[in-house]
Amino acid sequence: MASAPIVANFSLNQNRLKSIKGRKIEAPGFKSPVAPKRRGGLVRDAVMAWRRENGRVGVRNHVVMLPLDDLSNAACEAVANNVKGVLALPHAYGRLQFGLDLDLHFRTLIGVGSNPNVAAVVVIGIEDGWTKIVVDGIAKTGKPVVGFGIEGHGDIAVIAKASYVAKEFVQWASELSREKCPISDLWISTKCGESDTTTGLSSCPTVGNMYDKLIPKGIYGVFGETSEITGAEHLCKARAATKEVGERWYKMWKAYQDDVIEAHKTSDLSDSQPTKGNIAGGLTTIEEKALGNLEKIGRECKYIDILDPAEAPAKGPGLYFMDTSSAAAECVTLMAAGGYVIHTFPTGQGNVIGNPIVPVIKITGNPKTMRTMPEHIDVDVSGVLARTLTIPEAGDALIDNIVRTANGRLTAAEALGHREFVMTKLYRSA
Amino acid sequence: MAIPHLLVHEKKDTVGVVVVEGLKAGTDMLAVITHDNSDFRIKAKMDIPIGHKIALQDIKKGDTIWKYGQDIGVAKADIGKGEHVHVHNVKTKRW
Repeated sequence: MASAPIVANFSLNQNRLKSIKGRKIEAPGFKSPVAPKRRGGLVRDAVMAWRRENGRVGVRNHVVMLPLDDLSNAACEAVANNVKGVLALPHAYGRLQFGLDLDLHFRTLIGVGSNPNVAAVVVIGIEDGWTKIVVDGIAKTGKPVVGFGIEGHGDIAVIAKASYVAKEFVQWASELSREKCPISDLWISTKCGESDTTTGLSSCPTVGNMYDKLIPKGIYGVFGETSEITGAEHLCKARAATKEVGERWYKMWKAYQDDVIEAHKTSDLSDSQPTKGNIAGGLTTIEEKALGNLEKIGRECKYIDILDPAEAPAKGPGLYFMDTSSAAAECVTLMAAGGYVIHTFPTGQGNVIGNPIVPVIKITGNPKTMRTMPEHIDVDVSGVLARTLTIPEAGDALIDNIVRTANGRLTAAEALGHREFVMTKLYRSA
Repeated sequence: MAIPHLLVHEKKDTVGVVVVEGLKAGTDMLAVITHDNSDFRIKAKMDIPIGHKIALQDIKKGDTIWKYGQDIGVAKADIGKGEHVHVHNVKTKRW
């Protein structure tokens, strides 16, 4: 064991040493020498963010290297290595897809490039045709975007050309200023993960309370996880804004049961839903998990429309349902592609997920998770279980964190480098 | 109010959730119903981990288990009041 750390200009709580597998590691309670100044306290009705060419508001300012396909990951990562401040988004697919699966692939890439958290985009694809489809789709936002095809040129020439443009984009983006925007301009998504019984008691109702307060102010919200509503579908159907939307929701939910689960299951789903982590945390059945999950939409909100995966909402401000998987990285990626700029993520057992372009704010009410992996949590609502914190107070704490995150505070996942970017694939390629 | 050992969502529920770490058999638990903040006491019959459920009454094999005031599955065995309720004695009614 080394001697005590040398400390200057900040306080280190040396009592917070924890033992992991016999090794002592430091989990310092950090207090910076200069606290951020907020005259008159934190402003909760506005954020400092970037207003993009199409009027949408982003809370991050990324320049993205976007591969059309798996084959173009290497070139994109090479450019990101050449030009500092560029973010490459490697992924696994993009060749020989067809039909609805291909539509979803394009919608996801175009949606991610169009997200207001992205200032500019360089697309690289193996060939020009599909590359142009993605470039043209992103170009509708008015933001700078360029595409390069590799065939006929080779990686090295393309990397050189793309690097010149990426450097210009980064320097241009670095001069764009944040401006004051009303909180109603935020699009905030939600999905929970590594849930347990504490999520339904504390962190999910915290998100629900946030939506009950911010949806009336005019934000866009979205929840999803089609299979994970099983057991609460009667309650979810009843939360639609109109009977017609509720019927469409139920049809979509039932189609997943019939077309996917019934068609592909080899035994019952009890080994997958709930997950092993859910079960360790005390969740017993999918019904119990679903009822906790649905706490995320609060008491008042009604969803106004149902979105296909990665589809952007088009019926104005309000709460939407997106037809997604319940796998965390897939779901958050689809919501990012739908245009959402901040994600709120309740967890019980401690999911560590992040996203490359969208800050993922993690909330837990499980005191054991706060004790064992606090570095992954942004909002601690464990006081709800001890009855020292009410749900409305927890909701306010989340809204405070959303405002600070929108203003530029890095989330735990951003600070720890979590950039899970996962395309959803509907079926085998041709 | 003292810190509860057990939280219950709704009055109708037949199970509650342990919300403290290291709960030991024999503990005279303070239980709070979150819906109306009412409380009662119940004895834990087993050591139960945080987040896991306890039966609030004797449950017979085949009975529906109620939580959130809703049906969350069916008992696969008799479960005594104060005993651990989980995958060993409860099953989903879905897949």
